[in-house]
Amino acid sequence: MKHQSRKSPFQRGVTYRALKLKKRSRQLTRGLSGFFGRNRKSPLYLSMLLGLFALVGAVLLATSHQATSQAIAQRLKEDLLGSLAMVIPEKLYDNDLVRDSYGFKLKSGDERIIYPAAKKGRLSALAYQVTGQGYGGSILVLIGIDSKGQVLGVRVLQHAETPGLGDKIEVARSKWVLGFNGLSLGNPPAEKWAVKKDGGRFDQFSGATITPRAVVLAVRKGLEFFEHNRLKLLNRQSEAGS
Amino acid sequence: MSTSYRQLAIDGIWNNNVVFAQMLALCPLLAVTGTATNGLGLGMATTIVLVASALLVSVMRNIIEAEIRIPAFVLIIAILVTIVDLLMNAWLHDLYKVLGLFIPLIVTNCAILGRAESYASKARILPAMFDGLMMGLGFTLVLVTLGGVREIFGSGTLFANASLLLGSSFDFLEMTIIPGYKGFLLLILPPGGFIILSLLLAAKRLIDARKQSGAELADVPPGADVKQVSI
Repeated sequence: MKHQSRKSPFQRGVTYRALKLKKRSRQLTRGLSGFFGRNRKSPLYLSMLLGLFALVGAVLLATSHQATSQAIAQRLKEDLLGSLAMVIPEKLYDNDLVRDSYGFKLKSGDERIIYPAAKKGRLSALAYQVTGQGYGGSILVLIGIDSKGQVLGVRVLQHAETPGLGDKIEVARSKWVLGFNGLSLGNPPAEKWAVKKDGGRFDQFSGATITPRAVVLAVRKGLEFFEHNRLKLLNRQSEAGS
Repeated sequence: MSTSYRQLAIDGIWNNNVVFAQMLALCPLLAVTGTATNGLGLGMATTIVLVASALLVSVMRNIIEAEIRIPAFVLIIAILVTIVDLLMNAWLHDLYKVLGLFIPLIVTNCAILGRAESYASKARILPAMFDGLMMGLGFTLVLVTLGGVREIFGSGTLFANASLLLGSSFDFLEMTIIPGYKGFLLLILPPGGFIILSLLLAAKRLIDARKQSGAELADVPPGADVKQVSI
């Protein structure tokens, strides 16, 4: 055995206790521990040390939050604009969709954020989020609709569906969600707004029916919301625009 | 000295591998290794945090008293991960959209606290950081292997969406191994992770047993941190 022959820098640090006796360590903590003399095991010293750690940590976190919050808000807005641009074609608007957005009171008491798209002050389209209940929880769907009630685009923003089965509702994985483009409440007729298994006209995926059913229903609900509140939704913008 | 670094590398990647030997970090491991790309993402993020936390813990090892070391390490790691999360969200937003999912997972990763406690708090700065790097690489290796096997047999592809993670110059990595494959759902779901992980563990033990029966185990230098965990 050649255990004791060499002394590598690794060995020097092996025990915690040996290190603490080092002169350097005493210098490093001179400020606080000097106050306590040699009694560095006293509960008061230890709790103050830990408190100091927490304090420094809190200051660091607060500083970095301060430094990044504006940039992060900007990035989130860009993300939102990016998804809005996917459901409303760019040529339909020249306004700032996020700045012009407003809350619309629903009968349930909740508010739905409406993003109105306008070209030269004339309302051309709307976008808003609807939720469906999928297999793994809520599915957040962003829907873009023109002033006649025709679907311009549908995108799934957030979901927790089964990977490999239900996630075909993402545009990155399947073109399925593009099948809504150009449809409206009369086309197909209301009873056909369902997956094929339920007698409708929309494809389900092999092995996953609940997920596409939830998305179809969510889009239908979104269209019905527009239909029921058409006047309010369309007039609101003309007030704001003029 | 050089042999010690060599030993650290061997331990980190194989002998004392975070997953294969220490059996740590299994929760994020099983959650994200549906594809090789996801495995690579979590592996890279974990490696960065491992190196940085090793640096901080090693620098402060003489200030932190043994009695309060665990809460102090937890604080250091949580603060570090949160700051990395904020900075990436603000200034590396595209990368964050892909890796962002993994970063909060790192806080709960016991491997980081494990390395802080069992190595970085006792070692000098450079060896501590090197150990963090090697442990991270070992972890990444397991993640990519596990993700790769599950992806090939689960969905017939390999490194799908790698260009989202690494940039478009890496899209050559994206491969379809089995064209027209219908997919095997079990492997993509968490149970598949457990099954493949157990097969990989068995393979590792088999290799080690072969090596051991073939030749005497190499003499292990005394300072190196070899820990055999029995399961």
